[in-house]
Amino acid sequence: MSATEEPEVLAQTPASRLAGYLRGGGVIVPVMTTLLAFIAGGLVMLVTGKDPIATYEAIWKGTGLQWLFPWTTGADRDLAASNLQQTLIITTPLILTGLAVAFAFRAGLFNIGGNGQYIVGSIAAVWVGSSFAGMPSVLHILLAILAACAAGAFWAGIAGFLKATTGAHEVISTIMLNYIALWLGVWLFSLDGPLQNEAQKSIPVSEDVVEGAKLPVFWGDPVLQGLHIGLFIALFAVIVFWVLLNRSTIGYEVRAVGFNPEAARYSGMSVGKNYFLVMAVCGLFAGLAGAIDVLGWQFRIATNDLPIVYFGFIGIAVALLGRNTAIGTVAAALLFGALYSGTSQRNLDPTIFEPSLASNLTFIIQGLVILIVSADVLVLAIIARGRGIFRRDRTAPAPAAEPEP
Amino acid sequence: MQAEAAALELRGITKRFGPVVANDGIDFDLRPGEVHALLGENGAGKSTLMSILYGLYSPTEGEIRVNGELVEVDSPSRAIDLGIGMVHQHFMLVPVMTVTENIVLGEEPRRGALLDVREGARRVKELSDRYGLAVDPNAVIEQVSVGMQQRVEILKTLYRDARILILDEPTAVLTAQETSELFEVLRALKKDGVSIVFISHKLNEVLEISDRVTVLRRGKRIDTVPTEGATEQSLARLMVGRDVLLRVEKAKGRPGEPTLEVEDLHVRDERGLEAVKGVSMTVREGEIVALAGVDGNGQLELVQAIAGVRAPEAGHVSIGGHDVSGLGVRATTEAGVAHIPEDRHLCGLVLDFTLAENLALREYRSPPISNHGLLSLGQMKERARALLKEYDVRGGEPDTLASSLSGGNQQKVAVAREIASNPKLLIAHQPTRGLDVGAIEFVHGRLLRERENGRGVLLVSLEFEEIRALADRILVIYEGQIVGEFPPDVSEEDLGVAMTGGGRAAA
Repeated sequence: MSATEEPEVLAQTPASRLAGYLRGGGVIVPVMTTLLAFIAGGLVMLVTGKDPIATYEAIWKGTGLQWLFPWTTGADRDLAASNLQQTLIITTPLILTGLAVAFAFRAGLFNIGGNGQYIVGSIAAVWVGSSFAGMPSVLHILLAILAACAAGAFWAGIAGFLKATTGAHEVISTIMLNYIALWLGVWLFSLDGPLQNEAQKSIPVSEDVVEGAKLPVFWGDPVLQGLHIGLFIALFAVIVFWVLLNRSTIGYEVRAVGFNPEAARYSGMSVGKNYFLVMAVCGLFAGLAGAIDVLGWQFRIATNDLPIVYFGFIGIAVALLGRNTAIGTVAAALLFGALYSGTSQRNLDPTIFEPSLASNLTFIIQGLVILIVSADVLVLAIIARGRGIFRRDRTAPAPAAEPEP
Repeated sequence: MQAEAAALELRGITKRFGPVVANDGIDFDLRPGEVHALLGENGAGKSTLMSILYGLYSPTEGEIRVNGELVEVDSPSRAIDLGIGMVHQHFMLVPVMTVTENIVLGEEPRRGALLDVREGARRVKELSDRYGLAVDPNAVIEQVSVGMQQRVEILKTLYRDARILILDEPTAVLTAQETSELFEVLRALKKDGVSIVFISHKLNEVLEISDRVTVLRRGKRIDTVPTEGATEQSLARLMVGRDVLLRVEKAKGRPGEPTLEVEDLHVRDERGLEAVKGVSMTVREGEIVALAGVDGNGQLELVQAIAGVRAPEAGHVSIGGHDVSGLGVRATTEAGVAHIPEDRHLCGLVLDFTLAENLALREYRSPPISNHGLLSLGQMKERARALLKEYDVRGGEPDTLASSLSGGNQQKVAVAREIASNPKLLIAHQPTRGLDVGAIEFVHGRLLRERENGRGVLLVSLEFEEIRALADRILVIYEGQIVGEFPPDVSEEDLGVAMTGGGRAAA
């Protein structure tokens, strides 16, 4: 309307409103969110006649996180080490797909397309990684990673470009691009597809990544899927994310556009250009995730693997729980990575809980996290109830009060 | 009158938000059938106090009595039960629903399980007739005027049997005509024994409608005085704590070379209609040119086209001799244009940014704020600290979020940023809208200083007083065309005639 005196938070898009919520409340709210999700998961186990405590204990063992404690020794320690390697292998792409969603959020965009960007990244990586045999190893790895980043950036950039030029909503276009990426991959690697394995004509699978293009394993047995250096690449990406967002003029524009596109426009920023740029950077992160998985432990892509790729989607939960911050994304990725490996066939003790059921439990907890994060206000209210106040007093001396309508 | 029990009594109300004391031991009482004005600068604590009364905040200390009885107002629904109604500055209406539906929302009359629309409409009609609140019960909210929306808000409280009515800056969104209609309604309510808290910082309105005035300054109650015998000057002094120049002193202008030249400019508005139809004008160095006109006559589009926010359809805009038409905001800014936009929340500030970040919005791309694409937070904060001090922005450090400042201080931040960019031409679009007298004085002083410094200033304003006090020349815009030019000593009548199209023949 017109004359506005009291401060008022103008929500431009659902995504920016959500981003606004996610900044408040510090670390307590995500921790409470997680706890609530675990409690709800425990209730599900109780209802189905399982023992929640024993199950969570088994999952905890499956994650290998007890390796971090010095009192884990002997055979326990070896098993924990192997389990922790699996946890971190899954954590690595989740960090990156989490960044891909978080970066978009900070610009007021909702990137649902992490999955598609991950797939095109992995396709590019498997293509480069299985070609050019005999290339120097470091160069080959770099080339494959660059190709994957470019592919992801291009893929997400399409959505950004459409948003900037025609106003097409990024949620819709990224979802559609997920399907296009999926079926592109299926076509490429299916029988007689352009990139199908030459040696195994009867199997719909890509060529194998050559030895020289594989990421070196630095912890554990390379043959038994030890931990590769992709983790460090992901952690480096986290630093890039943080610097880009908080210390660069690009990030300053991105955040300005995210909070208030109109004010950004009045300040001479090109909102459309920023949308494109942001989506491209998101795609770069997700594409990198695809490359690291292909070069780190998958080494090939089979067509029937593609429809069950979910790292891009979990990235949404990671970003939400991590509150779109660099460090939060790492922590949330580790949580989800641990949950996945802790409930996997390979790591979970089948006498306590069947792993096939347990992975569903992971999905339940993941779903609950998203649900509760979305109902963030609810968690804030529960906290506030204890203190007898309802608002973020710290940051807002006179916030716009919304009374009951 | 004194012997009567107060309809409402607040004793020693204190509200702290962390280290910030928004209300500091405030006493306030409201007699039955009284209009009691609550006056104070932006951020003085008026809205906080009323939010406590309406149950939106709980006070840190203090007690509330309604009709002599100690009560605890812990929610708006409790406030409503106690007969307290509040009309917010920003209306809380559902745009797609009808007047009646909005009023009965939450208290719907039922017939069995069904909503009794006819009964609702009847009661709305009855109430509106009683107090002269002209509303159409069946009109849809998004299609009625702002004035009627406000009457609906008032009816909403009356429908819930409010006997104490809190009006938060009710006239800020109204035209002069709607304001006088509102005052008629308030008088009718008063006669019926409804007690009214009238929050405002417009002195003339407070003098016209209220019986008593309580003045707050920086969270403290300064004084409560009867309106009779008070003057604008005396109230302004209470509010600001010193003598206020309600009219700034202006030295004689020394206009120099043209800094803005607009030639036969045509601009289309949001809907594609031609809003500016061939405007030509000049602003020279060291002069303030005021663009006067009734709101919606093409001012917004003209300003946007000059500032580069909107591409013109035809014509030219030159800054210091350089043609910048259609080059966009960045090129226009670099050519030397600064722009204080009309809507500071939507266009002027990023409310979720800190003050340091907001103050850097013009200069973030150049040293010392950034080097090779990397920001220097230290430089940003240091520069912000200096500007906040120079522009007397209260209640904020460089790290404070812009959203937590009061409106007047937010505007000072926008003004500081634009002037600090050292422009050739400063566009000030309604720079004092919604500000209190102290802040208005400050902004006016700043604009005049920029004029002294040899900058051209284009002032767009709807306030006659402001235009006359600041302008060296007055251009009147009507239906997208400049229909007349006047000296600053023009009479309000002559200007009014021109603004409503009467001067078109003369132009």
